[in-house]
Amino acid sequence: MACVLEAPLRMSVLSEVTASSRHYVDRLFDPDPQKVLQGVIDMKNAVIGNNKQKANLIVLGAVPRLLYLLQQETSSTELRTECAVVLGSLAMGTENNVKSLLDCHIIPALLQGLLSPDLKFIEACLRCLRTIFTSPVTPEELLYTDATVIPHLMALLSRSRYTQEYICQIFSHCCKGPDHQTILFNHGAVQNIAHLLVSTSYKVQMQALKCFSVLAFENPQVSMTLVNVLVDGELLPQIFVKMLQRDKPIEMQLTSAKCLTYMCRAGAIRTDDNCIVLKTLPCLVRMCSKERLLEERVEGAETLAYLIETDVELQRIASITDHLIAMLADYFKYPSSVSAITDIKRLDHDLKHAHELRQAAFKLYASLGANDEDIRKKIIETENMMDRIVNGLSESSIKVRLAAVRCLHSLSRSVQQLRTSFQDHAVWKPLMKVLQNAPDEILVVASSTLCNLLLEFSPSKEPILESGAVELLCSLTQSENLALRVNGIWALMNMAFQAEQKIKSDILRGLSTEQLFQLLSDSDVNVLMKTLGLLRNLLSTRPHIDHIMSSHGKQIMQAVTLILEGEHNIEVKEQTLCILANIADGTTAKELIMTNDDILQKIKYYMSHSNAKLQLAAMFCISNLVWNEEEGSQERQDKLRDMGIVDILHKLSQSSDPNLCDKAKTALQQYLA
Amino acid sequence: MIWIQVEHYKQKKSNIRNIPVSDSPGATRRGYMWQYILCKKAPHSPLPGFHHQASTIASTAMPPSHRSHVPFMVYDFCICCILSPLLCLVFCGEECCLGRLTGHGKTPKDAASVRATHPIPAACGIYYFEVKIVSKGRDGYMGIGLSAQGVNMNRLPGWDKHSYGYHGDDGHSFCSSGTGQPYGPTFTTGDVIGCCVNLINNTCFYTKNGHSLGIAFTDLPPNLYPTVGLQTPGEVVDANFGQHPFVFDIEDYMREWRTKIQAQIDRFPIGDREGEWQTMIQKMVSSYLVHHGYCATAEAFARSTDQTVLEELASIKNRQRIQKLVLAGRMGEAIETTQQLYPSLLERNPNLLFALKVRQFIEMVNGTDSEVRCLGGHSPKSQDSYPVSPRSFSSPSMSPSHGMNIHSLATSKGSSTHFSGYESSCSNGVISNKAHQSYCHSKHQSTSLNVPELNNINVSRSQQANSYSSNDVDMETEHYSNGVAETSSNGFLNEVDSSQLRRQLCGGSQAAIERMIHFGRELQAMSEQLRRECGKNTANKKMLKDAFSLLAYSDPWSSPVGNQLDPIQREPVCSVLNSAILETHNLPKQPPLALAMGQASQCLGLMARSGIGSCAFATVEDYLH
Repeated sequence: MACVLEAPLRMSVLSEVTASSRHYVDRLFDPDPQKVLQGVIDMKNAVIGNNKQKANLIVLGAVPRLLYLLQQETSSTELRTECAVVLGSLAMGTENNVKSLLDCHIIPALLQGLLSPDLKFIEACLRCLRTIFTSPVTPEELLYTDATVIPHLMALLSRSRYTQEYICQIFSHCCKGPDHQTILFNHGAVQNIAHLLVSTSYKVQMQALKCFSVLAFENPQVSMTLVNVLVDGELLPQIFVKMLQRDKPIEMQLTSAKCLTYMCRAGAIRTDDNCIVLKTLPCLVRMCSKERLLEERVEGAETLAYLIETDVELQRIASITDHLIAMLADYFKYPSSVSAITDIKRLDHDLKHAHELRQAAFKLYASLGANDEDIRKKIIETENMMDRIVNGLSESSIKVRLAAVRCLHSLSRSVQQLRTSFQDHAVWKPLMKVLQNAPDEILVVASSTLCNLLLEFSPSKEPILESGAVELLCSLTQSENLALRVNGIWALMNMAFQAEQKIKSDILRGLSTEQLFQLLSDSDVNVLMKTLGLLRNLLSTRPHIDHIMSSHGKQIMQAVTLILEGEHNIEVKEQTLCILANIADGTTAKELIMTNDDILQKIKYYMSHSNAKLQLAAMFCISNLVWNEEEGSQERQDKLRDMGIVDILHKLSQSSDPNLCDKAKTALQQYLA
Repeated sequence: MIWIQVEHYKQKKSNIRNIPVSDSPGATRRGYMWQYILCKKAPHSPLPGFHHQASTIASTAMPPSHRSHVPFMVYDFCICCILSPLLCLVFCGEECCLGRLTGHGKTPKDAASVRATHPIPAACGIYYFEVKIVSKGRDGYMGIGLSAQGVNMNRLPGWDKHSYGYHGDDGHSFCSSGTGQPYGPTFTTGDVIGCCVNLINNTCFYTKNGHSLGIAFTDLPPNLYPTVGLQTPGEVVDANFGQHPFVFDIEDYMREWRTKIQAQIDRFPIGDREGEWQTMIQKMVSSYLVHHGYCATAEAFARSTDQTVLEELASIKNRQRIQKLVLAGRMGEAIETTQQLYPSLLERNPNLLFALKVRQFIEMVNGTDSEVRCLGGHSPKSQDSYPVSPRSFSSPSMSPSHGMNIHSLATSKGSSTHFSGYESSCSNGVISNKAHQSYCHSKHQSTSLNVPELNNINVSRSQQANSYSSNDVDMETEHYSNGVAETSSNGFLNEVDSSQLRRQLCGGSQAAIERMIHFGRELQAMSEQLRRECGKNTANKKMLKDAFSLLAYSDPWSSPVGNQLDPIQREPVCSVLNSAILETHNLPKQPPLALAMGQASQCLGLMARSGIGSCAFATVEDYLH
């Protein structure tokens, strides 16, 4: 009724409506339970589909009273059921409604109601709980606060198709992350829900399917269990494959493809299994086609991107299936010019999904081009691809920016593309922009892309340096985030490779020696390795070595000593010895080693080490130190002979390792000359 | 499978198992594919090398001029069949594949193609075949695709007008053009390439090792032939038209399209005014009941749906009475009753009267007509019984010989079914208790009618039917003839055979035989009179001749003209008479329901003939359940 009244005469009608609403609330307090029941039923009919009425009733305090009636043991089951129905109806309204209901502690009250023996009442409570838990404003933790709730819900699964539908829906919305997955799994979710997949009710089937998709996501334990579950004599993966058939509803195809994808990524199904290669993958590609709804296309592309992310064979198959690469180009055409003209609704719809579509396409391109050079080439040859990425990098939506950077990162693994399209489109410019003040997740991908762009053969290297990359990267090395530190130092390492003096000084200045030491004592081996790599790159070509060692010699020697003394793996020590070898190649820098007996002893030690790699690295040092043609070589040779190095060299020249043997002989020759 | 290229080879087709290709929707796929199966093919045979051997022998051992005349040649355990100067088929045991003979293969001129013997029929909706690349030969210049009749076969598919191909060397698609478009990956030895023609939207896509590569061609013309072309020496391919499982899941693709077409039908917009659709359905059902004279059911139905019946109840009952007599074979009484109830009808329709009389004559031979029965002839029950035999919905003029095979009755039940079916038909109204008959009924209810109500009516009706079911045959058997379905005579012949021994001419009575002969003379006279008055009528003449021929055999029932004695042959006469009566009342001679059904089937047939592929996924019977 109120609906009809609504539009005109707003002010006067409003009070009228409030008055009528009050009447509904007043009736809840009637002493006659029969009248109360009638009042609740009338209220139910009044609120259906009427958000205004719902808001009014909430403001007028109907909720606490309804909850009271619902919890009251003396209330008839019919009354309690009707109360749950009205509350469910109120929850169907706006998010504010749900918030008000939550404020009144509706969830414990409804969960309590589930203990009733009456099925109708249980169903009404579950329906209301379902509505509340599916709302984005409800914290899913509320489901797990009372430990008895989940087992009870599991038990209720056998009661009716409605309990099945609602409970599965609650689970699939409230299962976020591994903790929830484990709780549900430990309470037998897999066994309890599996047989619902073959239910005669489509809704039950769908909700059960959704449950499995959230349970299996990134969860090897659940996934491994799922592959072996039998339902009606069929294995679960086979049931999922049946649900992928093309005559099934799209929603069902998509969700079962998700289940199979998650199980595959969790390691429960091999990537070369026919159910992945011939069923799941083609199904997901179909979901990307123009015929599907925009939401389905987004979900399809994202799931496919996830499925093929790490498997090059799947990437190859996807790249030839149904012209996927060209099909994805269509994702960038929303809102289309046609939609703007034809109708506003369509435009609105398109606009809403445009971002999602673009980011999904970027993600899928990133996965497709992750490993295969031919696929990368095909992607870049897609119409306006580089322009799209460049535009994507500067979009306001973080999701799109992130996906665009990922895509760029994937494509930047191609030497050829770095030299051609990346250069033509000056990709570095927007990339540098993205790196300014971006959130960490973007920084991680953007900085690793930058690593690739700073490779020595990349023509973008120069302009990137000019635009202040050094400071940026140096600041990254100070980040709390490990991935950022690695990427920062990695990029600096790439940057220093065969770089000119000025750049090297810039890096050293930008990084500061304190920071360098900080990084050398980093807990992460990767950071340490890249830092050593940076040092090694800095200390190359004689004038650079001398220049750097003259200003930072003391600190560097300290750091080297520290690492050689510390507990580190072979690779780290090898890298450190290589640095020493570089230092030994300098003209003046040599003296820093020759005057440091501690270091010389260490080199000697490593010459006789059990690991051939370390021996070889130490030999490089010695070789550089005793090199004949250089000034002061005689003194150095003498000093080293006194230390017993020559004896070791003789021993090594008999070594079975040809490299060591060669190196030792060359060194000994220096003594002979 | 046999790939056949050259015209002259077609004359040798007698070597090939030949199964006719049907044009009717739905059923064609398998029949079509089997057309090509000569040998079963198992995986990679000794092929490239083996092929080379065989082909060399073949090409050297025979003078070129003989090749086309001696297509088969035995070599060791292999048979080599020369298709053209450049291509051969090689058989070895159960293996069979197509190979390229020696030649340069350097220029496009060296290319040669073969195509299947029959074009893809539109009625199959979706057509699919796969080709396995057994060997890519020297350069792998292979083309797989489609071409129309008359396209030059000395070229790879795709290069010429009305020719479409996907080539292995570059992965390009060629759409009637010498220059290809980038389409898919290249293919080579070991790959299985599939080609799917969708005749609903006239597109084509390829598959490689079971993965769809996306649409290659659109707006394809009709009547294309599967085609394979090879250019360089040593190329060997092997086709699968469905005799082996496909690598690509074509069934799944077909399921999608079946669902699509059915959704399209289901969503077809119907009358938007409220209730109009339902009223129309009710009218159709009611008119159907009235037409066939189910008067009690019709009355009850009309009452419950608030409709008026155009014809008077008495009139319906009259027609019902006459039909009952005709179907029981009591033609004399039927004619008499007709003349009595509709005095001028037969006078104005001398041809109808003649037809009725001829039928009467046949029934006399059969021993069922009242005139001979009363002469003491004992008639075996089996001949009276009117078997459960649905008959065609369409009017005789639409399908003279029950031509529309919409549904065939399950005849496997054998002769006993006829009795039991008959028994149950007597006691049941529209609702049958026999599983195999139930399909006849539910079609009335496929709409939004109030089914339970209808059932109730039928129950009460069936009780009535029981109570007045007279001697041998009850009119209610007609219920089973309401259908959409053509009878298959097989089951019925069994029946005749089984009762053969008990049968005697005119029921075995001498008086009856004399009466029959006398009647025959009258009939002859009538025929002559008719010819004088109305001119020659070949149909009448043939009818009479056929009827008289019965007397030429000692056992007319098993004679070549014996089928006239089938009780089922009473149906057309009955239907014509019923229509004639209705016409005198200015009522349609066919119920609208039957007309609509016939129309739908005709449309599907027309779609199949005009190459509209969607007919493959729609049948009238789908909507009769």
